[in-house]
Amino acid sequence: MSQTAPTTAAEEFASRVTPMQRVQHVLHRYPWVSPLVVLAILIIVFAFLGLVMDVGALDNFAKPGTISLMLQQTVIIGTLAIAQTIVILTAGIDLSIGAIMVFSQMVMANLAVYTTASNVLPIAGQNPILAVILGIIVGTLAGGVNGFLIVRFNLPPFIVTLGTLSIFTALTLILFKARTIQGKEYPEFLGIMGKDFQPFGGFSVTVGLIVMIALYIIFAYILRGTAWGTHVYAVGDDPVASELSGINVKRVLFSVYLVAGFIIGIAAWITIGRLGSASPNVAPEINLETITAVVIGGTSLFGGRGRLIGTFIGTLIIIVLDFGLSLAGLDQAYRVLAIGILVIAAVAVDQWIRKVRA
Amino acid sequence: MTTTTDIQPIVQGKALNKSFGRVIGLNECDFELYPGEVLAVVGDNGAGKSTLIKCLSGALVPDSGEMFINGEQVSFKTTHDARSKGVETVYQTLAVAPALDISENLYLGREVRKKGILGKLFRSLDKKHMRETSTKSLSELGVLTVQSITQPVETLSGGQRQAVAVSRAGTFGSKVVILDEPTAALGVNESARVLKLIKDLRDRGMSIILISHNMPQVFDVADRIHIQRLGRRAAVVTPEARTMNDVVAIMTGALTIPVEDQQLAPVR
Ligand SMILES: Nc1ncnc2c1ncn2[C@@H]1O[C@H](COP(=O)(O)OP(=O)(O)OP(=O)(O)O)[C@@H](O)[C@H]1O
Ligand SMILES: [Mg+2]
Repeated sequence: MSQTAPTTAAEEFASRVTPMQRVQHVLHRYPWVSPLVVLAILIIVFAFLGLVMDVGALDNFAKPGTISLMLQQTVIIGTLAIAQTIVILTAGIDLSIGAIMVFSQMVMANLAVYTTASNVLPIAGQNPILAVILGIIVGTLAGGVNGFLIVRFNLPPFIVTLGTLSIFTALTLILFKARTIQGKEYPEFLGIMGKDFQPFGGFSVTVGLIVMIALYIIFAYILRGTAWGTHVYAVGDDPVASELSGINVKRVLFSVYLVAGFIIGIAAWITIGRLGSASPNVAPEINLETITAVVIGGTSLFGGRGRLIGTFIGTLIIIVLDFGLSLAGLDQAYRVLAIGILVIAAVAVDQWIRKVRA
Repeated sequence: MTTTTDIQPIVQGKALNKSFGRVIGLNECDFELYPGEVLAVVGDNGAGKSTLIKCLSGALVPDSGEMFINGEQVSFKTTHDARSKGVETVYQTLAVAPALDISENLYLGREVRKKGILGKLFRSLDKKHMRETSTKSLSELGVLTVQSITQPVETLSGGQRQAVAVSRAGTFGSKVVILDEPTAALGVNESARVLKLIKDLRDRGMSIILISHNMPQVFDVADRIHIQRLGRRAAVVTPEARTMNDVVAIMTGALTIPVEDQQLAPVR
C-alpha cells in the first residue's frame, strides 16, 4: 500500500494553513514565546517612556543599578516558581509553597541562633551550616508530606496543599513564636545568599541570584533531558496513558512534591539572604505570585505543557512591571491590575494553543 | 475439526475470573493464542473482552485463574511485567501522551540513556538514538507519513496516532501484540492501513490478539475467532468454517457450537 495517498480536494482544503494557525503552531511548540514578547514590549515601553518621554523616574529604568536590582528582586519568586512549575506540570498545584518556605527559613534561623539551652530544636547548636542543611531537609520533608497525602489517599493537590498551608503556618507560629530574627543575630553564613559583588561597573550580582540561575539550568536539564523529566510531563499530560506505558505514576507524583520541597528549602535560604532577616510574616502573597509567574510563563494549569524558561520570563515580567510602574509614579493598584489581565490572557492563550491540530 | 497438537500456546489463560464489586468481568474464562496467528476476540459490549486482555497484559490482576506464556506460568502485577515477557498492548483508550512527541511516546516508560558518564551519572537521555530508532521502526512498518518524529502526537490525525501506538507495540522485540479495537475511531482508508499493519506484524512472526466489533475486518485478518460471551469463551471458530451471521449468533447466545466443531487448535 502506498503511503502517499493522492491528496483529495478536501484534504488539500484541510491542510491550508492560515497565518493564525501558524502562530498557534509556533506557540504550541514554544509556549514561552508569548511571555517573551510581553516582556520585550514592557522593557521597550518603559525604557522609551524613560529615555525619550522622561516620564516620572523612568529615566532610571535602563540603568545598570536598576537592572541589577530587578534581577536580585527575582530570586524569591523565581526560585519558588521552579518548584511550582514542576508541580503544575503534573497538573497539580502547591498552595503551601510560601508556608513551607517560611517554616524552613525559621528552622534555619532558629537553629543557627539559639544555643541548646533556650532552643526549641536543640540539635544544631549554633552551627549555621548544619542549620541550613537541616532547614533544607525540613523543606524537603514538608514537600514529602504533601506528596504522601496526595498519592496515598488520592486527594486533590489543591485541597492537600490548602491544608498544609495552614498547618505549616501554624507550626511556624507555635514553634518559633512570631519572632523575627534579625541579620545581626545570626552567623554570616546564613545570610550568604544576599552577598553581592560587582562583576562589571555599576552592575551587581548576589550569590542568591547565581544559585537561582544555576537551579533553573539544572532543573531545565532534568525536565527535558532525563527520563524522570519526561515522566513528569507524561503524568501531567495523561496519567492513565502513563500508567499503561509502565510509568509508576504515584512514585513520580510523590517525587515531584519531594523535589519541590527541596527547592523550597533552598529558596528559604535565599530569602534570608535577600531580606537580611528571617521573619515569619514574610511574603503572605508569595503562593499566588509563584502561580502567576508560572501561568504567565506559558505553562498550562492542566499539566503536561510548559517550559522552565517561561517561568523565568514570567517572574521577570512581574518584577519589571513592579519596577516600571512604580518608577513611573503609578499606584500599586495598576501593577495588580496589569498582572490580573496578563494571567487571564495567558490562560486564554493556553486554551487556544491546546486546540492545535495537524 | 479439532486436532490434537504439540504446538504450545504462546499466551494461555485458564479459568480466569475477575469481578468489579458485583459486576462480573470474567467468569472461568479460557484463552489460547498460538504463535504467528491473528486471533480475533469478538463479543457484545460488556462481554469481558477488554477485561480479558487487560489481565493478559498486566493492567489488571485476575482474582483467580492461571496464565502462561510459552508454557511458563506467569502472574503479571504491572504492564511492565507483561512487557518483559514480550507482551505489548495497544489499549482501547489509546495510551499515548498527547503533548509528548512521537519518539518520546514510542519510548515512554523505557527511555534509553546515553552511554558512559553522561548517562550513568547525569541520567542523560539519548534522544538522538531514540529518534533514529523510532524513525526506523515507523518506516519499516510503512507508517511514516508524519513530517517529523519530534511532532507532538496531538498534532497527528487519528490514523497516524493509532499507527504510532501500534508501532510502539510492534517494536522493542515484542512477541505478542494485543490490539483493543484499533480501528474503532478510524475512517475506511485509515482502517485499511492499520489492518495492513496488523498483517505485516504477523508476517514478521508476531502473534496478535485483535479485539474488534467490525465483522468484515475480523473476517479479513483473523486466523481464528475467539467469541466472548458473558465473561467467558463461548466458542472459537475460523472465518473459513463459519459465516458472520454464525458468529453474531454465538455472540448473542442464539447459537451454540459443540467443542468438536470448534477450532481450539492452531491453524497456522
Ligand atoms: N474498572 C471497572 N469497574 C467496574 N466495572 C467494570 C470495570 N471494567 C469493566 N467493568 C465491567 O465489566 C464488564 C466487562 O467489561 P469489558 O470492558 O471487559 O467489556 P468489553 O467486552 O471490552 O466491552 P466493549 O465492547 O464495550 O469494549 C462490563 O460489565 C463492565 O461494565
Ligand atoms: Mg472493551
